[in-house]
Amino acid sequence: MINRQALAGRATPSVRAWWRTVVAFACALSVLPAMAADAPASRVPAPTVAIAAPGKCVEDTPFMLRNHMELLKHHRDKTVRDGIRTTQHSLANCVNCHASKVTGRVTGGKDAFCESCHKFSAVKLDCWDCHTDRAQAGLAAAGAGK
Amino acid sequence: MSEVNTGRRQVLAWGAAMAGVALAPGVTLFELAQARSPEEAASNKVRWGMLVDVNRCASDCDACVTACDQENGLPQTKTPTSAQWIRKVELKDLRTGATKSAPVMCQHCAEPPCVDVCPTGASFKRADGIVLVDRHTCIGCRYCMMACPYQARSFVHEPVTGQKPEVPRGKGCVESCTLCVHRIDRGGTPACVEACAASGHKAIVFGNLNDPNSELSQRIAELRAAPLRPDLRLNQGVRYAGI
Repeated sequence: MINRQALAGRATPSVRAWWRTVVAFACALSVLPAMAADAPASRVPAPTVAIAAPGKCVEDTPFMLRNHMELLKHHRDKTVRDGIRTTQHSLANCVNCHASKVTGRVTGGKDAFCESCHKFSAVKLDCWDCHTDRAQAGLAAAGAGK
Repeated sequence: MSEVNTGRRQVLAWGAAMAGVALAPGVTLFELAQARSPEEAASNKVRWGMLVDVNRCASDCDACVTACDQENGLPQTKTPTSAQWIRKVELKDLRTGATKSAPVMCQHCAEPPCVDVCPTGASFKRADGIVLVDRHTCIGCRYCMMACPYQARSFVHEPVTGQKPEVPRGKGCVESCTLCVHRIDRGGTPACVEACAASGHKAIVFGNLNDPNSELSQRIAELRAAPLRPDLRLNQGVRYAGI
């Protein structure tokens, strides 16, 4: 490992400029693989999520990606234990908005909303052992299209 | 354990009844039941209960059982292990041969034995007196099924498909009558009560046991309705008249 500080301390201004160029190039190289991961021609398989009703979800997408399970767990306890039945974070509301327009479900296929990501990340889904994965007519969907 | 002082309980009950009497026009010590908003939690101001008038219940009618199955997405074709939330029971007096018929379901006890024995806290009583199973915590041990004096609970043995969105249910959990809690939370009444009224018998009355002016409380007083097995002192939410 080269001690860059020690080298730069003794170097003339022209050598220092040359070092700056080398470091900047190295930084650029390190960023490239991360950019390549987002490109469609990546070697890493990405989940293909079919979003039937594009629009704003009940929260921001990055927040939902990381925290949807916490919201659902919080809401389930409030509903089961206290009888609070708001629709903002309810599972039935999620299903109603995110179900495929073709199958009417959020599971059952590699493009299905829940299943695509959960298969990709190898996280088992227990919700649908008891809850229905089908959209229901008549349930008001909050958040869609806002 | 010391003996429960029933005389003291009676005095407390009278106190509660007096508290419900209007102090002045429009002023009572506790508010009467009304439909909650979705954000509002269930409150112990209300205690939901039912009255079964056995004299009005017909032996050949099972409208309440059919309505329960449809409302909660229970299987229409029955097997020996099918879940059963409400059942018709035939009673026969062996001396006279007289028969009576009554529906039996979860009695929604104020002191439920199923809650006492549950090792995980899945079996619980909601603030408004409805006894439920939280399937997220239920491990399917079936202690509650053994503890229940009314055999009101069922275990789901087979995988379930096609559930109702408001009544999730699945294999490996114990379940029982929820008093149609999803309908009550909307301000409605249980499916069996509506089906019984639609069949013309009107044998089941639903209402607030805490409100002495409710139709339920008044009918219970008028018919001198009692719980099944009052000796167990569980303070059941379902009362029977005419047995």
